[in-house]
Amino acid sequence: MARYNGQLNEKIAIYTPMHSAALSSEIVKSTKLSKLYAGKAVVNKLDLTIDSGCFCGILGPNGAGKTTTLRMLVGHCPMDSGELSILGLPMPENASLIRESVGVVPQMDNLDADFTVEENLYVYGRFFGLSSAVLKKRTKELLEFASLEEKAKCKISELSGGMRRRLTLARALINKPKLLILDEPTTGLDPQARQAIWQKLRELKKQGLTLILTTHYMEEAERLCDRVIVMDQGEIMADAAPKELIKGEIESHVLEVHAASEVLLEQLRCDNSIARLEKSGDICFFYGEKLTHALEVLEDSSHDDYLFRPANLEDVFIKLTGRDLRE
Amino acid sequence: MRVRLFLARSQSIWSRHIRVWSKLAGPSLMGNFGEPVLYLLVLGYGLGQFVGEVEGLTYMAFLASGVACTSAVNAASFEGMYSAYTRMEVQQTWLGMLATPINVGEVVFGEILWAATKSLISVSAILIVSTLLGLITDAWALFVLPVAFVSGLCFASLALVMTSSARSYDFFLYYSTLFITPMVLLSGVFFPIDTLPNAVQWLSKILPLYHMISLVRPLMTGGELTSVFLHLFVLAAFGITAGMLATYRIKKRLIK
Repeated sequence: MARYNGQLNEKIAIYTPMHSAALSSEIVKSTKLSKLYAGKAVVNKLDLTIDSGCFCGILGPNGAGKTTTLRMLVGHCPMDSGELSILGLPMPENASLIRESVGVVPQMDNLDADFTVEENLYVYGRFFGLSSAVLKKRTKELLEFASLEEKAKCKISELSGGMRRRLTLARALINKPKLLILDEPTTGLDPQARQAIWQKLRELKKQGLTLILTTHYMEEAERLCDRVIVMDQGEIMADAAPKELIKGEIESHVLEVHAASEVLLEQLRCDNSIARLEKSGDICFFYGEKLTHALEVLEDSSHDDYLFRPANLEDVFIKLTGRDLRE
Repeated sequence: MRVRLFLARSQSIWSRHIRVWSKLAGPSLMGNFGEPVLYLLVLGYGLGQFVGEVEGLTYMAFLASGVACTSAVNAASFEGMYSAYTRMEVQQTWLGMLATPINVGEVVFGEILWAATKSLISVSAILIVSTLLGLITDAWALFVLPVAFVSGLCFASLALVMTSSARSYDFFLYYSTLFITPMVLLSGVFFPIDTLPNAVQWLSKILPLYHMISLVRPLMTGGELTSVFLHLFVLAAFGITAGMLATYRIKKRLIK
C-alpha cells in the first residue's frame, strides 16, 4: 500500500497501488489475440505481456491495429480468437469489472460540453458508482494534479486544447485506475501543452501506475516509454526499450543529403562504411557507423544541404514499416 | 444484486441528463407550458365553435387529453432520436460512459428512463394548464402521470430503435412522417375514431398511442375506464420488445 507514498506528497498521490501484493504482476496478457474485419486480420495472433509499472508505447502507421488493440483491452471490440486477460481477469466476460480499475483517455475528446470542468469529473465519477463525498475530495485532488484549480467553474468551451486534454486525463483517473490507456493523448497540441501532458504522465509512472500509450510522435515514445512496441498490419515488428531498439535495429548514424546531383551521390556511395542507403524524393539517407569518407566528400564539395546525426526511433520506425504512405 | 447494479448505473445516466436539463430548464419548460396552452385555446375555442360536444364533452376537454398524449409521444420520441443520436454520434458521450463499468444495456435503459421523464414533465405541464382552464373533473386525473411515464418508456424505446440505425438526423423524418404523424391522426387525438372505416379503426387499435389515449381520456374527463390491463399490456409489449431490439442493435453498432 505505502510502496510509493514515501516519495510523494500525499496530496498529489493520484494513484496508490491498493493490493499490489495480491495483484498479478501481469497487467495485460494476450495469447494469439486476433481481430478480423471483413475477413482481413487487423490484429493478427498478438502475443503480448505488459507487467505492472511499465510505461509501454505502441507505435505504428495508420491502420496498424493500435486502436483496435486498445479497444479490445477495455472490451469495446469483440475478439475473434485468442485469449486476453487484464489485471488477471479473463476478457470479455469481466469487461465491466475490469473497467472499474482502468482509465481511458480516448483519441477524440468526449468531455461533456454541457458541464463545467468540475462537473465533468463529478458526473463521470458517478458512472463508477463513487459517492458524492469521495468525489468531492477526488475532484479537488485531480484539479490540482491537472493544474486546473482555477478553471473549476469554467465551461469546456472556455478551455484551450491542452487544458481539455489535461481534464480528459484527470477524468480517466477518477476511479484510481491500475492501468491507464491513452490513445494519441497529445495529437494536435502545441509543444508547451504537450510537455505539460508528458510531465503529468511521468508523475503517474513514478507513482507506479501502468500506462499504455499509442502515438505518432517518436519523440514522445522515446522520452516517456520504457518499452516500445512497433506494430504493423496487426503484428508486432519490434518490442524493446527505445534505446535498445535504436541500438539493435539500426546503424548508429544517418547522413541525410538533400537535393544532391547524381555525380555527387555516386561519389558518396564509394564510402565502404555505408551499410544501407535509402531514397525518398530528393533526399538520400545513408546509414552507417562513421561514414568518414562520405563526410569528407561533402566537405570538399560545394553542396551544403546535408545533415549528419545519430539514428533515432523514427529511423527504426521507417526501417520496420517502410516509407510508403498509409492512408 | 445484478438488477440493483443495472438500475443504479442507468440511474447515474438519468442523473447526468437531468443535470443538463436543469441548466436549460427555463426555455424547456416554457415550451412545455406554452404549446399546449396555444393548442387548447386556439383549437378548443376556434374549432370547438363548429364541433360542439364530442362524446358528451366540450371539444376543449376532449382535446386536452389528446394533446396530453401527443405531447408525451413527441417528448419521448425527440429525446430518443435527436438527443440520443447527438450523444451517441456527435458528442460521443456514450463512448465515454462505456469506458466506465457501464454497459450498453445500461446506457440504453438510462436513455429510455430519461426520455420517459421528459414525457412526464410535459404531461404534468398539460395537466396544470388543463386544471387552470377548468377541464379536469377530479383527482383521478393524477393517475395520468404514471400512464404518461409508462407510455414514455414505450415511445422512447421505439425511437431508440430508429436511432440504432440512423446515419444522420434526416433519417428520423421517415419515422416522424411515416409512423408518428399517421398514428397521431388515427388514434383519436383530434376526433373519436369510431367515425373512421372499420379497417382503419383496427389499424389504429394496433398502435400504442390508441391504448395510451384509452387510459388518459377517461382519467382526465371522469369517464369510465375499461380494459386497463389490456392497454397497459400493449404499451409494455411494444416498449419491452423495442427496448431489447434497440439495445441489441446499438451494441452491434458500438462494440464492433
